[in-house]
Amino acid sequence: MTVLFTVLSLSVLATVLAGLVSLADFRLNNYGVCTIDINDGARQLEVKGGSSLLSSLASQKVFIPSACGGKATCGLCKVTMVESAGPVLPTEEPFISEEEREAGVRLACQLKVKHDLKIKIPEELFNIKQYRTRVSEIVQLTHDIKQFRFELLEPQTIDFKAGQYVQIDSKPYDKVKEAVSRAYSISSVPSEKNIVELIIRLVPGGICTTFMHEHVNEGDEITFAGPFGDFYLRDGADELVFIAGGSGLAPIRSLVLDILEKNLDKKMKFFFGAVRRRDLYYVDFFRELEEKYENFEYIPALSGAAPEDEWDGETGLITDVVARHVPDGVNRQAYLCGSPGMINACVQVLTKIGFDRSAIFFDEF
Amino acid sequence: MGSAPAISPMVIFLASIFTSNMVLSNFLGMCSFISVSSEYKTASGLGKAVLLVMVFTTVFNWLIYHYIMIPLGLDYLRYLIFIIVIAATVQIIEMFMDRYLTDLHMKLGIFLPLITVNCAILGISLFMIIRSYSFLQTLLFGIGSGLGWWLAIAALAAIREKMAGNELPPGLAGPAITFIITGIMALAFVGFSGIFVVM
Repeated sequence: MTVLFTVLSLSVLATVLAGLVSLADFRLNNYGVCTIDINDGARQLEVKGGSSLLSSLASQKVFIPSACGGKATCGLCKVTMVESAGPVLPTEEPFISEEEREAGVRLACQLKVKHDLKIKIPEELFNIKQYRTRVSEIVQLTHDIKQFRFELLEPQTIDFKAGQYVQIDSKPYDKVKEAVSRAYSISSVPSEKNIVELIIRLVPGGICTTFMHEHVNEGDEITFAGPFGDFYLRDGADELVFIAGGSGLAPIRSLVLDILEKNLDKKMKFFFGAVRRRDLYYVDFFRELEEKYENFEYIPALSGAAPEDEWDGETGLITDVVARHVPDGVNRQAYLCGSPGMINACVQVLTKIGFDRSAIFFDEF
Repeated sequence: MGSAPAISPMVIFLASIFTSNMVLSNFLGMCSFISVSSEYKTASGLGKAVLLVMVFTTVFNWLIYHYIMIPLGLDYLRYLIFIIVIAATVQIIEMFMDRYLTDLHMKLGIFLPLITVNCAILGISLFMIIRSYSFLQTLLFGIGSGLGWWLAIAALAAIREKMAGNELPPGLAGPAITFIITGIMALAFVGFSGIFVVM
């Protein structure tokens, strides 16, 4: 009897308390409808207050780039507040410099919409849409890299600059209950407007890469938002140095093909670094390009070639290989895509060779 | 439980700050004490948040204990019920602060969920039951314990900040030296004993 009474009274108490918390949530977290004014009236959105600025904007189809999905670890979702929306939160501090703070820059994922806001975002973000697509082809390029070809359903065309990326929405699977959004560079050319190709490496424990590799099949529907990113071709040099590792080949492929298609008068050298022969892919593709176009040179390098790889190409760390082939930074630009470690090392080597820091562009997630 | 002890609430207030300080005499609330005490500003912020939560939770728990639990004979469930009440109270405090005290919420808000599991919070609720405090005694006990915890963590952070530039023998840096400092502080606080006798 006591047992029954105990269970009953605890349940009642817990229910009452839960009810109180819900009531408080309803009364206190209810911020009503708030107006967000973007770029001095260019767009005015009406959103339900209480959520982060990032998700409120996304719910109205204005997509701010975000690689971490709102956890304040990537720092990509910066927006400028025209009127102050309170002090910078401790979670935002590592990402916002002193000057940015004075200019009113905040992280959209940390700012909660509680009242009307006036914000400024870069113009290109308006071009960003959400795309509904169908996976039309999956190709296994290496033991851990797959290429996905997406046929655009709605909208049917995409307008992007070679080198930009899209953010894929994964779906819950197995033990993973959350849907996440992760960024991947486009490897297809901008001239092909109805499809998008992505090259994705399976990251051990990665939520989205595991989803793409193990739970997506040809014919499935995937949504992504884009295009994002400011990794694209700039004017200012006649010779271009491309350096990539792993799945970093994706934006470089897009850039190289785009430049060749547009017949831009640029001399290009593409350095691709891998460890073993099995990590290389698209080797024949780029060798053919090299033969067809005299202004394109392809230099793959293995840093840990084993005897059975039978490798007679360049060996060593990609930074050493670049140093051997690039004499100086005169009239040259460098475009890098790979792991933060690789990028740091390459930036150091390139500046030592004589590249101006402003002539080096990179994409690191 | 017995009737309220005949001790002045003011004495209880002062005692809970100095002679029976929650963290330095009773060694409760140690995890956040050790981990969040490297910077004075954050430590002080956490101290204020702990004070806030302590006051509200002791009061609510006292009311629930005397008006719901005793009449229904649910005394044996006090651990469970107090913890549930603490969790709900912290949630509501956080929402209230976010809405009406936004500036304060910006500074303290991130600490609030951390405090729910601070054992000092549950500790003072249980103490006031064991010692059969009256409502006024409980209120001042809560405020005093909060102030005492704040004083202790602020002092510890100030000491650690002052020591920040110094070189320590390897292995002692971090939690190790913090424990040693805490022990020495506790020893110092023993010097207060006898001034206010509550235990």
